[in-house]
Amino acid sequence: MKSLILGTAALALTAGMGLADTVRLGTEGAYAPWNFVNDAGEIDGFERELGDELCKRAELTCEWVKNDWDSIIPNLVSGNYDTIIAGMSITDERDEVIDFTQAYTPPDPSAYLAQSADVDLAGGVIAAQATTIQAAFIAEQGWTLVEFATPEETVAAVRSGEADAVLADNSFIDTMVGDGLVKLERTESIGGGVGMGFRESDAELRGKFDAAIQSMKDDGTLNTLIAKWEVASQW
Amino acid sequence: MSCVETIQAYAFRSLGFGERLLPKGEYTLCEHFTLIGSGMIWNVYFGVLALLTGFFLAVALAVGKSNANPMWRKPAEWFIFVFRGSPLFIQFFFAYACFLSLKGVSNFFDPFTSAWLGALIVLFFNTAAYSGEIFYGALLSIPKGDIEAADAYGMTGWTRFRRITFPTMMRLAWPAYTNEAIFLFHATTLVFFSGFPAWRQKGDALYYASYFADKTFNPFVPYPILAFYFILLTLLIISIFGFVNRRLNKHLPQERRSKTKLKLNLIR
Amino acid sequence: MFSYCTDPSTLEGLSWLSCYLTTGKHMNLYISVFVVLVLLAITAPVALLFGFGAASAARSKFLPLRWFGMGYTSIVRGVPDIAFFLFFVIALDQAFEWMRHKVKCPDWDQPIRQGIDFVVCDAAKLPLSTAPQWVHETYGFFLAVLTFSIVFGAFAANVLYGAMRAVPRAQIETAEAYGMTSRQAFWRILVPQMWVYALPGLSNLWMVLIKATPLLFLLGVEDIVYWARELGGTKTARFTDYPHPNWHVWYFAALLVFYLCFTKVSEVALDRIMKRLTKGQATAGGEAQRKAAA
Repeated sequence: MKSLILGTAALALTAGMGLADTVRLGTEGAYAPWNFVNDAGEIDGFERELGDELCKRAELTCEWVKNDWDSIIPNLVSGNYDTIIAGMSITDERDEVIDFTQAYTPPDPSAYLAQSADVDLAGGVIAAQATTIQAAFIAEQGWTLVEFATPEETVAAVRSGEADAVLADNSFIDTMVGDGLVKLERTESIGGGVGMGFRESDAELRGKFDAAIQSMKDDGTLNTLIAKWEVASQW
Repeated sequence: MSCVETIQAYAFRSLGFGERLLPKGEYTLCEHFTLIGSGMIWNVYFGVLALLTGFFLAVALAVGKSNANPMWRKPAEWFIFVFRGSPLFIQFFFAYACFLSLKGVSNFFDPFTSAWLGALIVLFFNTAAYSGEIFYGALLSIPKGDIEAADAYGMTGWTRFRRITFPTMMRLAWPAYTNEAIFLFHATTLVFFSGFPAWRQKGDALYYASYFADKTFNPFVPYPILAFYFILLTLLIISIFGFVNRRLNKHLPQERRSKTKLKLNLIR
Repeated sequence: MFSYCTDPSTLEGLSWLSCYLTTGKHMNLYISVFVVLVLLAITAPVALLFGFGAASAARSKFLPLRWFGMGYTSIVRGVPDIAFFLFFVIALDQAFEWMRHKVKCPDWDQPIRQGIDFVVCDAAKLPLSTAPQWVHETYGFFLAVLTFSIVFGAFAANVLYGAMRAVPRAQIETAEAYGMTSRQAFWRILVPQMWVYALPGLSNLWMVLIKATPLLFLLGVEDIVYWARELGGTKTARFTDYPHPNWHVWYFAALLVFYLCFTKVSEVALDRIMKRLTKGQATAGGEAQRKAAA
């Protein structure tokens, strides 16, 4: 009897790792051009295309799941989805609790958006989304930091004059330039490249995606995709 | 850093004193408790001030709503309806947008977009509307005999209100008002969560709790600590309000006193 | 949606708006309205049930049960709902999976907590990872209902506890005089009569519950506020056929109207229920109704 149960347990285990299983991809859906919800109400963007292609190469069935950014890692480690693919920079802090694949975009500097090009950063008010690496960076510089709950509000703050500049990812700033707002020359090299996050106990799945990313890097399709969505610099 | 040093560095961080940079790297339990506790200063600030100021507006609203003259009644009714009928975060949103545009009109409105004033005003209106409704309900259930007795003594207008109507209204409304106070303190967590921006990482308890949750990726430590602080706060509110309740009912015979207490547990 | 919507950039005015408001994304907003309404419709009775259970427990003669009832009401009431939602759903989900794990995979030899990871056997996963997306969403919805019910059940318990004690003592004494057991007196006399005392508090709670729905997104349910925030944000031409500046004000104004209407409808409905409940009750309101009828 006991061996029978063991057998089925082992079967369930292997089946879990097998091809029949659906891999659930967790993303935020509010971070154009990386991932966002398009007019049709579906998840779209650079990572949507990338994720679908990676799943194809790794021969996995994938499914997209949206999750709030603040709880995206707790929900991964708790097993509600299998991987995070949400424009997440590889940082030491995150690396301590989850494992990353190799980066699929190179480190991209963060950029400033302001009403005029000659804004005084040290003496002014700099906006950032609350609890991001940009917010931590501004705080470390000793500048006046003002944090908003969403990226949208940070830009609105610059527009209304509440803040003098906003510091955010280059690709996000690029989508907001214009209509009286300019990007500053100065950039900050904070954060690493962007990678997919996995549970530390899920090394096998991570390996599959890691290999798929490598193959996309090798044949140049990744660079084409990066260029198409203008998310970062090329490899 | 020992725990005592942590407390010295961060006990008043939410007000901008002490260590400028928030803790990094280790995130000890001591740091959790100190910073989240420091954030509680803001929750208490918002709660206490909104409650104190809102009280007076609430009384005015209750009297206004029970007034026969529609010129007084209608505005009070609408005020209560709008603030009780909409989620707090929408009120924060519109207030912030409104203060922001007023800022362009005059320098006088500069501080209004900061949480310490802007959010306080919203919470003040909000609690005034909720308490106003409670007081209004109490006003309606004042025993007819009390008013008739006052009339018989020749009391009118202000004197009657001050000596008869108001104290009875308070006594009847108090248990429900206690609950409103608890809800108000809970609502203060929304200020920085979705409403007003946090300047120089000075925020309330929830702000620091989510800071830790974001750094450690473990929601099971900071949020229960936050919950712990709020349970303490709630117990404190209940005991203070209970003390006032005993004062309000001091003149009543023992048996009737306990009866009112029970009966009024029911609103909220 | 409409045939003329193929190239929105050529459209103007009302036809543009009609296309804009019927995009798939807006459909999600409309669906979320129903989701919220359904959630409220399920949560209210469940929370009431929890509240009733806890209130009865708090009156129990059995001490541990009484402690449980009292503890649940006072602790959950003391915690702000946001703080509760931010960690409780994950905890609840993990608790369910842990229990299934214990039952389904008794021979599992790896630790369940691996560092911060929570690992249970595949058969214990809720829902199974092979399950289609709608099952996951339904499960998420169910967790949200449960969490909401636990929180509001505590408030309801407080109200019902007060209501049970507000039923005149004489009513119970009369029941006992007629030879009813205490259980019979509870179910036949106390419970039917307590509602009229509980209703003011419960209706207030219903209003608070309606206004807690914006927090649903913390529980993983995409509610109206989530979609309004998402749709109202600045949209550049690169990512949509319907570019527009920040329209949060309009979307939130629509939400404001929605919530105010909902509140008004609830007030009217609760008023009617109150009138029905008062009928024939030994209260001032019931007395007034009797007099009016006579």
